[in-house]
Amino acid sequence: MKVFVCISHVPDTTSKINFTENASEFDKTGVQFVINPYDEFALARAMWLKEKQGASITVISVGDASVESSLRKSLAIGADDAIRIDAEPTDGLFVAHQLAAVLKEHACDLILTGRESIDYNGAMVPGMLATLLDWNFINACVGLEIENQTATALKEIDGGTETLSATLPLVIAGQKGMVEEKDLRIPNMRGIMMARKKPLTVLAPIAIESSTHANRFEKPAAKSACKLVDASDVDGLIALLHKEAKVI
Amino acid sequence: MSVVVYAETSEGNFKNTALEAVSYGKKVAEQMDLPLIALTVNATNPAELSRYGADKIVKINHADLNSFNAKIFAGIVQQVAERENATVVVVDSSSNGLYLAPILAIKLSAGYASNVVAAPSSIHPFVIKRKAFSNKAFSHTEIKSDKKLIGLAKNSFGVFENPTTANEEDFSPEICSSEVRSTAINKASGNVSIADADVVVSGGRGLKGPENWGLIEELAAVLGGATACSKPVSDMGWRPHGEHVGQTGKPVASNLYIAIGISGAIQHLAGVNASKVKVVINTDPEAPFFKAADYGIVGDAFEVVPKLIEKLRDFKAQNS
Ligand SMILES: Cc1cc2nc3c(=O)[nH]c(=O)nc-3n(C[C@H](O)[C@H](O)[C@H](O)COP(=O)(O)OP(=O)(O)OC[C@H]3O[C@@H](n4cnc5c(N)ncnc54)[C@H](O)[C@@H]3O)c2cc1C
Ligand SMILES: Nc1ncnc2c1ncn2[C@@H]1O[C@H](COP(=O)(O)O)[C@@H](O)[C@H]1O
Repeated sequence: MKVFVCISHVPDTTSKINFTENASEFDKTGVQFVINPYDEFALARAMWLKEKQGASITVISVGDASVESSLRKSLAIGADDAIRIDAEPTDGLFVAHQLAAVLKEHACDLILTGRESIDYNGAMVPGMLATLLDWNFINACVGLEIENQTATALKEIDGGTETLSATLPLVIAGQKGMVEEKDLRIPNMRGIMMARKKPLTVLAPIAIESSTHANRFEKPAAKSACKLVDASDVDGLIALLHKEAKVI
Repeated sequence: MSVVVYAETSEGNFKNTALEAVSYGKKVAEQMDLPLIALTVNATNPAELSRYGADKIVKINHADLNSFNAKIFAGIVQQVAERENATVVVVDSSSNGLYLAPILAIKLSAGYASNVVAAPSSIHPFVIKRKAFSNKAFSHTEIKSDKKLIGLAKNSFGVFENPTTANEEDFSPEICSSEVRSTAINKASGNVSIADADVVVSGGRGLKGPENWGLIEELAAVLGGATACSKPVSDMGWRPHGEHVGQTGKPVASNLYIAIGISGAIQHLAGVNASKVKVVINTDPEAPFFKAADYGIVGDAFEVVPKLIEKLRDFKAQNS
């Protein structure tokens, strides 16, 4: 089984979000970039398929040379090889087209992605990629088993879960639950050494227009100070929530 | 040309998110001087949508469409959008809306903006405001393509009445085949889901252990709300994954979010910024959550919460 894992390279979750002077771009100064947290769950599940069922794993990312740190980390975790498509990921549609163009040229049974990337929060690349490839798509996956080319996936729905079944090839977008938090992989020294020798191929992008453009960014308005209520005065809190905030 | 809204039903009824999407669609339609067409599948009372401004209601009724399938439903919305020559299509951000929208975007060749929180600030060029960086910022995004698909963030625009006399029309779409089969649905019955809840009561590591969750559940029950938790709480298995709120968990966009024994780490706050009113109960006055909250009590959850439950019961008894 051949598995591709799509890796998005995003600001670390603790990052302070700032923009360049005219607010037209995200200010990357001093920001640490990491593998998108949801993609870590996808990669850990792919590693499980590799170890238990002999799958081979390619990690793929659309981005400039800086994304190679996340690809190298993925190789150190255990992916077999990596592909970088050398283009600025301008929007979800653009990324989906770039990935689809490469995936059409490769034999592949399963594409694992994260539910969304935590930077632009599009939640669009996986569904678009599946549709461009004319493959089936399962979103919000919180559990995955594969047997004889058939996937059984647990999908989160509002208020519960749904069990879905489909044959490969598939695009599956996952989140925590695909593996448990404790089963996320941290690269060890041997993995890091081996990653240096694993192939990382850089491909040129295809020519495609993005359909959206972020013209300007804005930070939420500063909020007014928290009103403190004495611990002995829960009636006071109830009155504020009822009369002032009007939420109860 | 038209604006088309997909108004999702759950067991035949419109959810609040669907009515919000129709209210939003009306605003966009007015701005563009176009008719608003609402599309429903197996709705018990489709006429309800005329109260929120639909000029035409396209009704689809089919026994095969009682359970949701993203590819099939995307195909249906596509057919209606093409039939009505839609320039703008609006869907909500329920888990089904989020699932079908990217599929629909490709089928329609529409530029897609998700997490949209406001009506377009301009029509030429078409610019909307959307959430980005996990609620830490907004982006004013231009949709450049001719056709536009908008995913409306929950609880961001509001539900507005705008009564019209709508034509109703039945439509029988082609139903494509899907190889993704649903074999079971497991819903915790009786509980309000975080996505649907107006009130969310959330507990953190400050509650010490799963045996104390009765406090959270009881407070949520009094308020008719959902229960939630911080990430370490679900990592330790005190609570199910589906309850973990934050940048890497569920986003909460409720009217009221009550955080009990949660410190307010940046990753947690990212998931609750979109809630309208935030209340924190924490023993530590220096906890960062106090900077993000609207109301706070510095105190021990094990003393404050039981009192709060009791007083809220009295309050509810008097005010209902
Ligand atoms: C990549 C990454 C992603 C993450 N994503 C998320 C996320 O999505 N969501 C999330 O929640 N976290 C996330 N985290 C974890 C986050 O950084 C914090 O560790 C976590 O939110 C802390 O949870 P907590 O507030 O329950 O626990 P703590 O930080 O331990 O806080 C417990 C609080 O309870 C208070 N307390 C103690 N006793 C009492 C009492 N008797 N009564 C009242 N208050 C009391 C304490 O004063 C303290 O403020 C992420 C971390 C990383 C690295
Ligand atoms: N630039 C990218 N390169 C590779 N995969 C990506 C990229 N951006 C997003 N993805 C994948 O698509 C998922 C959803 O991202 P998004 O649609 O941007 O929210 C991510 O979790 C990744 O798996």
